Amino acid sequence: MLNPKDSEKLNMAKKESTFGNMLMALLIISLVSSTTLGFVYEFTKEPIRMVEINKTNAAIQAVVPPFDNQPAVESYKVASDLDSLRFYPAKMKGVVVGTAVETYTKKGFSGLIKLMIGLAPDGSIIDISVLEHQETPGLGDKIDKAKSDFSLQFQGKNPAEFKLIVKKDRGDVDAITASTISSRAYCDAVKRAYDAYMSTLVKNQ
Amino acid sequence: MEYILIIISSVFVSNIVLAQFLGICPFIGVSNKVETSIGMTGAVTFVIVLATVITYMVYTFILIPLGIEFARTITFILIIAALVQLVEIILKKVSPTMYQALGIFLPLITTNCAVLGLAVLAVQKDMNLVQSTVFAFGNALGFGLALITFAGIREQLDLLNIPKPMRGAPIALIVAGMLALAFMGFSGIV
Amino acid sequence: MNQWKNFTKGFLKDNPILVLILGTCPTLGTTTSGINGLSMGLATTFVLLGSNVFISLLKNFIPDKVRIPAFIVVIASFVTVVELVMKAYLPDLFNTLGLFIPLIVVNCIVLGRAEAFASKNNVFSSAVDGLGMGLGFAMALFLLGTIREILGAGSVLGHKFISGDGMLVFILAPGAFIALGYMIMLANQMKKKYIKD
Repeated sequence: MLNPKDSEKLNMAKKESTFGNMLMALLIISLVSSTTLGFVYEFTKEPIRMVEINKTNAAIQAVVPPFDNQPAVESYKVASDLDSLRFYPAKMKGVVVGTAVETYTKKGFSGLIKLMIGLAPDGSIIDISVLEHQETPGLGDKIDKAKSDFSLQFQGKNPAEFKLIVKKDRGDVDAITASTISSRAYCDAVKRAYDAYMSTLVKNQ
Repeated sequence: MEYILIIISSVFVSNIVLAQFLGICPFIGVSNKVETSIGMTGAVTFVIVLATVITYMVYTFILIPLGIEFARTITFILIIAALVQLVEIILKKVSPTMYQALGIFLPLITTNCAVLGLAVLAVQKDMNLVQSTVFAFGNALGFGLALITFAGIREQLDLLNIPKPMRGAPIALIVAGMLALAFMGFSGIV
Repeated sequence: MNQWKNFTKGFLKDNPILVLILGTCPTLGTTTSGINGLSMGLATTFVLLGSNVFISLLKNFIPDKVRIPAFIVVIASFVTVVELVMKAYLPDLFNTLGLFIPLIVVNCIVLGRAEAFASKNNVFSSAVDGLGMGLGFAMALFLLGTIREILGAGSVLGHKFISGDGMLVFILAPGAFIALGYMIMLANQMKKKYIKD
């Protein structure tokens, strides 16, 4: 602790709360802090951009066959029922080998689920990975490939024949035990991507 | 319909206090009596809705066009601090009775993480202005519901003979855990 | 002032979480595992140390009436630095901790130490205080995270020791409240036994 003499000195040096002093102090502090932040921002801007690009690329690579283009750069938006979905075309020597679709549903047990779905040119599913979810650990989180084999049953299926509805509702999907709502939501997201993809095919013909 | 869903899901399914852990300080600190927690709810609702609307507009119309999204945190907290001051001054002039009722809670609101948390969530979630407003209002209601229910339980707790080391914060947290467990029953309804 | 006492007070005697019950939101929100808790604790320690040092340096320059807004600007700047650096170099961790990183600004401990300690003491004492308080906070978060991980996921620092799931409720919201409640109870007991001031 300070001894009394020191604290007296301290009080003497303390700036008084006059309007000028207050304005000055706040102004200088804001200036210094914004300059520092601007500097840090410039310094971290490039790494942050790289991280984001790598993340998208990794998510795309996980669900489509090998490609040699830049799907993240060539991506485009396609209108869907409520909103629009982002499509990432994967091309090998200029030929489209698959399209990664970033899709979502709000019907999850705890709200939003985001998926990345790889679709072959004919609309059949190549692979699916989960980008984001808040489902219950141990139950609904089995939609994640790391946690269970639930998502494997979609691989290679064409939604034209494979009904994207859980078996309980007379579809073809084996739901996760005790997590029907999460499974239904998952199907909803997949179906949204498939429908949007098919609508682009119809338009192109 | 969409707005009703936003409100239901933010009040019950992902309750801001019991599921998202925001605004716990006032939840534990101010919730000894039902009466004070109603006052707190009033003040917080007012600030949350106003803060979310203003920060949303500042973010969309100033920070994004200027390309300085990284200044989000600092801008938002300054707006909230200024807003709380402003509300305090206006209330004092316009409605002294309301100021008396809410007065002591107002300065506490600046450091209530529910306010900053919701402002950040609203811009993160890609919602439009109306949706954000409804979202903020729903969450404020959720905060109120949790706070008032909890205060009711704690009033009863005071009458019980609780083991000494459990008194105060420990028993409050354990009761909050039970309440969170009860609220988990709401998930899946939207 | 005895700097060692100043440093260690944050661990038990004035532990921000277990005794002062401050900063409960990040405590509950980020402790789904030991590592997550520890990272959050260290991020907060950095902000606490930085803001304490700066505020102590500036204490004579800032007039009393505007000290709170001035403190907030200093704290928010440090938080933004943490946010940007984490986003760039530790993106996975940033995603897990998510919203709670910007919320360090409103962590009562940071503003509390600025107001109660740094604005009254010299730079060195303030630095020691910030470091001690921050590490005490980090320790409590790490403990709570480890307890929840052991009970909820059956693993220690990511290494599983049972097959299948643990008591999942401890990973979820209710378990967080209950585990912290019991931890504070134990801290109360320990404090009574070992510390006689």
